[in-house]
Amino acid sequence: MDSQLISLFLSFGLFASLLFIIGFFCILVSFNLVRVLIGVELLIKAVTLIIVAAGYVSGHVQLAQSLIITMIVIEAVIMTIAVGIVVGIHRKTNSLDVRNIRNLKG
Amino acid sequence: MHLNLFLLIALTIASIWTVMTRSLIRSAIGLALTSAILTVIMFRLNSSLAAVFELSVCTGLISVLFVSVISLTQPQTSKEIIQHMKSRLARFWYLPILVIVLGVGISVLIMKLKFAPTQIHLEPDVRIILWHLRKFDILGQIVILLAGAFGVVILFRESEKNG
Repeated sequence: MDSQLISLFLSFGLFASLLFIIGFFCILVSFNLVRVLIGVELLIKAVTLIIVAAGYVSGHVQLAQSLIITMIVIEAVIMTIAVGIVVGIHRKTNSLDVRNIRNLKG
Repeated sequence: MHLNLFLLIALTIASIWTVMTRSLIRSAIGLALTSAILTVIMFRLNSSLAAVFELSVCTGLISVLFVSVISLTQPQTSKEIIQHMKSRLARFWYLPILVIVLGVGISVLIMKLKFAPTQIHLEPDVRIILWHLRKFDILGQIVILLAGAFGVVILFRESEKNG
C-alpha cells in the first residue's frame, strides 16, 4: 500500500481515537442522561470516521458507504428509543440525574 | 491533506466543546456541528451518499430529537418565555438586516464569478452493493426500524397509562 495512504489512515485513526476518548469521557463523567446520549453519539461518530477512512484507503469506498448507511439507520432508531426512555424517566422521577435511577426494580 | 487535517482538528475542537459546554442546548448544537464537519470529511473521502445520510439524519433529525428532549424535560413558564422573547428581540434586532444584506451580497458575488456547482461524484456501485451484496443489511434495517416504531408506540402507551 502507498505510504501516503498509510499516513492518511494513521492520522484519521489518531483523530478517531481522540473522538472516541472524548465520547467515552462524556459518558463516564456526566450524570445527565441527555449528556450520556450525546457521548454515545460521539462514539458513533468516531466509528463512522474510521470506517470512512478505511474504505478510502483500502479502495472499498462503496462497501464502507453501505456499512455507514446501515449504521446511521441503527443510530437513528437507537436515539429515538433512548430519547423516549429519557422522557419517561423524567416524567417518573422529575429529574435527568443518573443517580436517581440506580434502584431499578426490573 | 492539509485541508483534511484542518477538518479533523475542527472536528476534535467541536466535539470537545460539545462535551465541555455547560448548557445542554449548546451541547446539542455542538453535536450537530461535529456531524456537519464529519459530513464534509466524508464528501472529501468520496463517500458522498453516506455523507448525505449523515447530514440529513445525524445533523438534522438527531439534533431535532435532542432539542425536543431538552425542551420537554426543561420546560419554561409562560412568563419566562415572554421575558426570553423580549430580551432576544432586543439583543438580535440586527439579524434580519444582516441576513438580507448577506443574501444580496452573496447572490451578486455568485453572478459576477459565474460560479457553477461542481459535479458530485457518485458511484453507482453503492446501490448495487447495498441491494445485492448486503441484502441482509437491508433486512436488518427494516427489522430495526419496525422495532424502533414498536418501541416508541409501547413507550408512549406506558406514559399515557401512567399519566
